[in-house]
Amino acid sequence: MREQSDKAMTAVKAAPYGATGLAAARSQSLWRNFWRRFCRHRLALLGMTVLMVLTLSTLFGPLVYHQRINDIDFAVSLQGPSLVHPLGTDDLGQDLLARILYGGRVSMAVGLVAMLIAILIGTAIGATAGYCGGWVDHVLMRLTDLFIALPQLPLLLLVVYLFRDTMRRLFNPELGIFLLIVLVIGGLRWMQPARLVRAAFLSLKEQEFVEAAVALGTPPLRMVLRHILPNALSPVIVAASLGVGSAILAESSLSFLGLGFPPDMPTWGRLLFDAKDHLDSAPHWALSPGTMIFLVVLSINYVGDGLRDALDARKVL
Amino acid sequence: MSRYLLRRLLISVPVLLGISVVLFSILALAPGDPFGELALNPNIPPEVRFTLRKQFGLDDPLVVRYGRWLAAMLHGDWGYSFVSRLPVQQLILQRLPTTLFVLGSAYVLALLIALPVGMLSAMKPYSFFDQVATTFAFVGYSLPTFFTGLLFILVFSIYLGWLPFIYSSTIEARGFAWVIEHLRQGAMPITVLGLFEAASLTRFVRSAMLEVIHQDYITTARAKGLTESLTILKHALRNALIPVVTIVALQIPTIFTGAVITEQIFRVPGIGSLLIAAIESTDTPVVMAITFVYAALVILFNLLADLIYGLLDPRITYS
Repeated sequence: MREQSDKAMTAVKAAPYGATGLAAARSQSLWRNFWRRFCRHRLALLGMTVLMVLTLSTLFGPLVYHQRINDIDFAVSLQGPSLVHPLGTDDLGQDLLARILYGGRVSMAVGLVAMLIAILIGTAIGATAGYCGGWVDHVLMRLTDLFIALPQLPLLLLVVYLFRDTMRRLFNPELGIFLLIVLVIGGLRWMQPARLVRAAFLSLKEQEFVEAAVALGTPPLRMVLRHILPNALSPVIVAASLGVGSAILAESSLSFLGLGFPPDMPTWGRLLFDAKDHLDSAPHWALSPGTMIFLVVLSINYVGDGLRDALDARKVL
Repeated sequence: MSRYLLRRLLISVPVLLGISVVLFSILALAPGDPFGELALNPNIPPEVRFTLRKQFGLDDPLVVRYGRWLAAMLHGDWGYSFVSRLPVQQLILQRLPTTLFVLGSAYVLALLIALPVGMLSAMKPYSFFDQVATTFAFVGYSLPTFFTGLLFILVFSIYLGWLPFIYSSTIEARGFAWVIEHLRQGAMPITVLGLFEAASLTRFVRSAMLEVIHQDYITTARAKGLTESLTILKHALRNALIPVVTIVALQIPTIFTGAVITEQIFRVPGIGSLLIAAIESTDTPVVMAITFVYAALVILFNLLADLIYGLLDPRITYS
């Protein structure tokens, strides 16, 4: 008797998830599901942790670490890591750790804002092309193909070089350059989100909930923003997260070629540009900003990979 | 097949024209002016300056200037460099072979690494080899080429002293020594570029192969009794190559970008370093010509990819 009731109890406890009650099933929201799937991907979690640590240290580091970024002191120039200067100094004796923390803010801000701009432009164009169809779609897709064929780095270099002084005059020097770089990087990266959004729109347009919304008399803008776009966003989120990494690399490449921010702004690419002529005497100078760029981009790539696995509806995790 | 190629060619021409329009408008909208320095020169009276501007047609409307520039480019007259007074064509042709050699070898190296590694990873997914290969691909993809280049210089030139880190285009040696010398100095830029490309290609090859391997026709081939190598090489690979070829063609602009940076680090005398030098000295004709050459190369390689795509998958040519 007791064994039978024990077996019955274990049978109830071992029942499939959610079958014990509707209340348990309903608390499984979409976001929690997504988070659970994301956490299965160990490396993505690690990447996210590293990224948060690096972001927080660039944001709050200068409040804790009180070295100034442009304290010139020739007595300590080109020294390796020490207690006073944890990452060493450059040729002017400026502390590298402080410069890296400060420059990190700029590099990551550029990456984020450039990608935001690219997503905004891309989503707008992709949504219009996907929703309208017909000749609008055709024209916009040819425009996209044109932009894809444009050689990115030469154009980036050219526009930054040509319009640098104008932007500096219009706004203050740092903000002007920041806007210019962000606009150009974002303006050359909207094509992939546009294509993804368009593809998602083309398939979502045929679904029944859209038909129902049309029957209810929903105006087109509300239809796009409220009904279709939220469902089309998951590939865009993945592309956005990976795009932040590539935008950071683009800004670093620009600074490395000497054509990015003004020389006093210690972005990571600029630090490498200054360090490359002193490789034999001061390798630590090049290693720290390079490693920072590598860590940030690597963790972004892992997070993006985890997001892709978590958001992909077909994959069973 | 020839009709398909003709159609692709006809589409490429407007794209090239569009790129030239974008390029020309950027340069025309930019502040600054080729005769800006003349304006500061007190020896030149304003009337002479004015006549010079009229003679060169600098004040004509944008469309007229664009038409004239396009006609000149198509005739082969690419102008003269502001800095060195040499014809731009000569400058570019001097440096193009070096760039193509470095880029071409880097891409071949990338394919030689990515195809086998990607295939083996896909054939044994989630095995130890696969985990290691995927990690290497991620790491390689996240390391910027300028950092890898600097690391290579640090290790191979400074610490070990094996390889020279400045590319010299005049090598005094004969026969086999000449080849060895060329390979020695090209080794680092080619490896840096090749490894970066290999990292991104490996992931694509792996995912393309994974999609193909689970198809029914592969199971049928195995059930028929074909050896594993025949199944993979003849059936799976050929189908997996189709998306890979597309990606390879689409990655070519990225490798050009990487080449510009690599040429700066290793002082390779190619068109990338010429572009940077020309931008820094506002040498407009050279900048326009080089950007145009880049765009034309990208379109050429896209056409090549379409051709190979048509050969691999004959269904495309009928669409």
